[in-house]
Amino acid sequence: MYSFEPNEEQQMLIDAVNKYAENDLRASAHENEENKELPKKLINKGWEIGLLQASIPESYGGFGERNAATNVLALEEMAYGDLAGTLAVLTPSLFATPILLAGSEEQKKNYLPKIIAGEWSPYTAALIEMSFDFDPNALKTTAEINQDEITLKGEKAFVPYAKEAHEILVYANLNGVTQGFIVPEDSVGLSISEEREKLMGLNALPMYRVKLDDVKIPVANRLGGASGHDFELILASLRLGSASAALGVAKSSFEYAKNYAKEREAFGVKIAQKQAVAFMLAEMRTEIEAMRLLTWEAAWKLDNNKEDICVAAYLAHTGAVDMVMMVTDRGVQIYGGHGYIRENPVELLMRNGRGFAMLLGLAIV
Amino acid sequence: MTIEFEAPKPIANQQVMLKTVAENMMRPISREFDENEHDIPWSYVEFMHMAMKAAGGGGGLTVTEKPQEGDEKRPPIGYQKLATQIEMLAWGDVGMYLITPGGGLGAAAVAAAGTPEQKEKFLTRFNSDIPTYAAMCMTEPGAGSDTSAIRTRAVLDEKTNEWVINGEKIFVTGGDKSFTEYEKLGKGFIVVWASIDPTAGRAGMRAFVVESGTAGVKINKLEKKMGIRVSDTAAISLVDVRVPFENMLGSATVEKNNTGFRGAMATFDATRPLVAASGLGVARAALEFLKEKLEENGVKIHYGLPRQKLSNIEREVIDMEIMLKSAWLMTLKAVWMADNKKSNALESSMSKVKAGDVTTKITQKAVEILGPIGYSREFLLEKWMRDAKITDIYEGTGQINRLVVARQILGYSGKELR
Ligand SMILES: Cc1cc2nc3c(=O)[nH]c(=O)nc-3n(C[C@H](O)[C@H](O)[C@H](O)COP(=O)(O)OP(=O)(O)OC[C@H]3O[C@@H](n4cnc5c(N)ncnc54)[C@H](O)[C@@H]3O)c2cc1C
Repeated sequence: MYSFEPNEEQQMLIDAVNKYAENDLRASAHENEENKELPKKLINKGWEIGLLQASIPESYGGFGERNAATNVLALEEMAYGDLAGTLAVLTPSLFATPILLAGSEEQKKNYLPKIIAGEWSPYTAALIEMSFDFDPNALKTTAEINQDEITLKGEKAFVPYAKEAHEILVYANLNGVTQGFIVPEDSVGLSISEEREKLMGLNALPMYRVKLDDVKIPVANRLGGASGHDFELILASLRLGSASAALGVAKSSFEYAKNYAKEREAFGVKIAQKQAVAFMLAEMRTEIEAMRLLTWEAAWKLDNNKEDICVAAYLAHTGAVDMVMMVTDRGVQIYGGHGYIRENPVELLMRNGRGFAMLLGLAIV
Repeated sequence: MTIEFEAPKPIANQQVMLKTVAENMMRPISREFDENEHDIPWSYVEFMHMAMKAAGGGGGLTVTEKPQEGDEKRPPIGYQKLATQIEMLAWGDVGMYLITPGGGLGAAAVAAAGTPEQKEKFLTRFNSDIPTYAAMCMTEPGAGSDTSAIRTRAVLDEKTNEWVINGEKIFVTGGDKSFTEYEKLGKGFIVVWASIDPTAGRAGMRAFVVESGTAGVKINKLEKKMGIRVSDTAAISLVDVRVPFENMLGSATVEKNNTGFRGAMATFDATRPLVAASGLGVARAALEFLKEKLEENGVKIHYGLPRQKLSNIEREVIDMEIMLKSAWLMTLKAVWMADNKKSNALESSMSKVKAGDVTTKITQKAVEILGPIGYSREFLLEKWMRDAKITDIYEGTGQINRLVVARQILGYSGKELR
C-alpha cells in the first residue's frame, strides 16, 4: 500500500517535539548563536523527550524499537526549532545508534544502558576530516590491526562535545574500508583541540578537532567486535539524519519568510501579493515537500530492508543539501535588507543551511 | 494511517501488463505517427479498448474500482491505479496515451460537475463495444489561463427550453475523435464551457454537453504541433448550437453562483496529478534511455561519492534521478489524497508544478548530454523532449499552478494574489 500519513504514535511524538522546538529551541536560537553556548537545561529538556531512549529495546535499558521513519519525522520537527540545539540533544545518538545497528552484543550491553540512563551525557562520534575531498568511504584517518591491538592515526574535525565526551566513536580507514572504533577519553595519543571549531554557522554547538597520534585500543573496541561491521547502513542512517535536519531548517526559513511576506508592505500591497515573491514561496514549499517525500521513502526502505536503501539515502541526502540552500537563501531574499541583519532569524538559517553540504555525520536516524 | 511505499498488488500486477503494451504496441509505431501527424493508430486504439473492456475497466482510463470482498478490504486506490497506468502508458508514448479511448477530460467534467442522472446519461457510453471519446473545451483564442475571460455565450430559448451556444474554442484535445463521426468510433461528445451571464464573471460560467454531430458545430482545423502529434488538437466554432436544457451540467438552476466555476476547478484538482503522471512517464523514458546510452559507452554513475568527486555527467544524472523520484512521490501523494477523500488542491498543484519543471529539464538535459544521439530523429529521445514540453503548459501552466500553490499556502484569494 501507498500511504503518506504518520501513524498516531508518530503524530503524538511530532507534537511533543514541536512544542519543544517552538517554545524552547526557536525562542532561544538567536541568543545561543550569539553567546556561542547551549544551556545544559535546554539540552536536557530535549533529551527528556526520549528520541534515543525510544530507539533502544528494553533489554538494553530503553523502551522501544528503532524506527528510521519515526526518527526522520522527529528530527525534522526538532531541527525546525534550531539546528545547533538539535544536534546537541542528539549527539549521544551518534555514538549509540551505530552500536545499536552494528555493535557486538558485548558493546551493546556495555554502552547502551549507561548512555540512556538519566540525564544527557556526552558520547560522540568523529567522521569528518578537514579536506576538500572528504569522503566517508575513503577516509584519511587510518586504522591498523596488530594482533590484539588497533592503532589509529589521523585527525578528525567538527566533533561535537569531544572535550567532555567519555567515549568517541572514531571512523577510520581499515584497508580501504570505513570502520568505527570506540576510543575512550583517556587514551594515550588522543588529543582534543583547546579551541572550539569556528564555523560559518552552528556557533552555539561546541565542536572540536580531534587528533589521534598512534592511539592504541584493544580489538574488542572495533565496532561490531573483532570481525567489524558493515558501514553502509550506518552511512545511510547518517545521510537520512542529515536530510531530515535539512528539512527542518528549510521549513523554519520558509515559515518565517511566508509570515513576513504577509506582513511587509511595498507599493501599496503586501509583498506576498507580488508574484515574484509568491512564486519564490510556492517553489520553496514544493521543493521541501519533494525532498521530504524522498527522505520518507528512503527511511521506509531502511526500515524494511529494501535492496536499494543505500542509493535511496544518498539521493535523498544529495537532494536535501541543494534544497536547503535554495530555500534558506530565498528566506533571506524575501526579508530583503532586514534579512541580512542578525537580529532577524533567516540569516542564521542560511548559514546553517549551507553546512549540510559538509556536515555529514552530525545527525543519525 | 502510516507511512508506506509498497505498491499495492493490483497496481504492481497492472504495471507488468502495461509495460508490455508500451513496449509492443506503442514504442514500435511512435515515430511513424509522429511523422504522419494526423493519422490515427487504429491498432493501438482498438487494442486498448478491447483490453480495457476485458479487464473490466470499461470507460477507458477512469477511476474504476470493483467493490472489495472479504478480508481484502483496504483503502480505495482508484486514483493511484489510474496515475500509475498513465505514467506507464506515457512512458510508452504520451501522445498515444492521450488518445486512449474513453471519456478523457470531457467525462472528467461530467463526473465532477454533473448530477447523478447526467452521469448515468452521458458516461455509460464509454462501456460500449466500440471506442468512444469525449473532450473538454475551455480555452478560446482570447482566454487561456484566464478562464473567466471566456466569451462563448449560452442563452436559454424559453420557447423550446434549449440552450443556444455561440463562440469559438481552440486547443481541444481529442476534439476531432469526440465530435467527428468516424465509422470505427462510438458517438462521443464535447463539454463546452460558456457564460450564461457575461456580467457575472465566474459566477456565470457553466458547462454544456454537446453531442457529436450537433448542428452548428464545426471543426475548423487540427493544429500542427511541436510534439504529442498523434493526439488531435482541434479548433472548434459554435454557431447557434442548440442543446437541451438538461445538458447543462449541475443542478438545473440559472442562479448566479460559483458552482459552475467550482466544477471546473474541482476537475483540475482531480486531473492535475494525472497530467503530472503523464509527464513523468516521458521523463522516465528519457532518463532510462540516457543511462542506457551512457552505460553502453562505458560511463558509470558512482552513487555514494561526495559531489566534489563526481564528474559533471554523474552530477547531472544523479540530479535528474532526485527530481524524477521526488516528483513521482508528490504525484502519488496527491492521488492518494484524492482516493482518501482528503482535499488536495495544494498537493495537486504542487505535483503539477514539480512535474512540469522536472519533465522539461530532464528531457532537455538528456538531449544535450547525448549530443547528436539526442538530436537525431533516429532515436526517440528528441521526440520525448518535444512531447514533454506540453506538461508545463496544459491543465494550468507552470505559472498558474505556482499561483494556486502560493494562494493555498498564503491563504489568499484570487483577488489578493493575481
Ligand atoms: C496541445 C494542447 C492541448 C490542449 N488541450 C486543451 C483541452 O483539451 N481543453 C482546453 O480547454 N484547453 C486545452 N489546451 C489549452 C491550454 O490549457 C492553454 O493553452 C493554457 O491554459 C494556457 O493558455 P494560453 O495558451 O492562452 O496562454 P496564456 O494564458 O496567454 O499565457 C501566456 C503566458 O502568460 C503566463 N500567464 C498567464 N496568466 C498569468 C498570471 N496570472 N500570472 C503569471 N503568468 C501568467 C502563462 O503562464 C504563459 O506563460 C491545450 C493546449 C495545448 C497546447
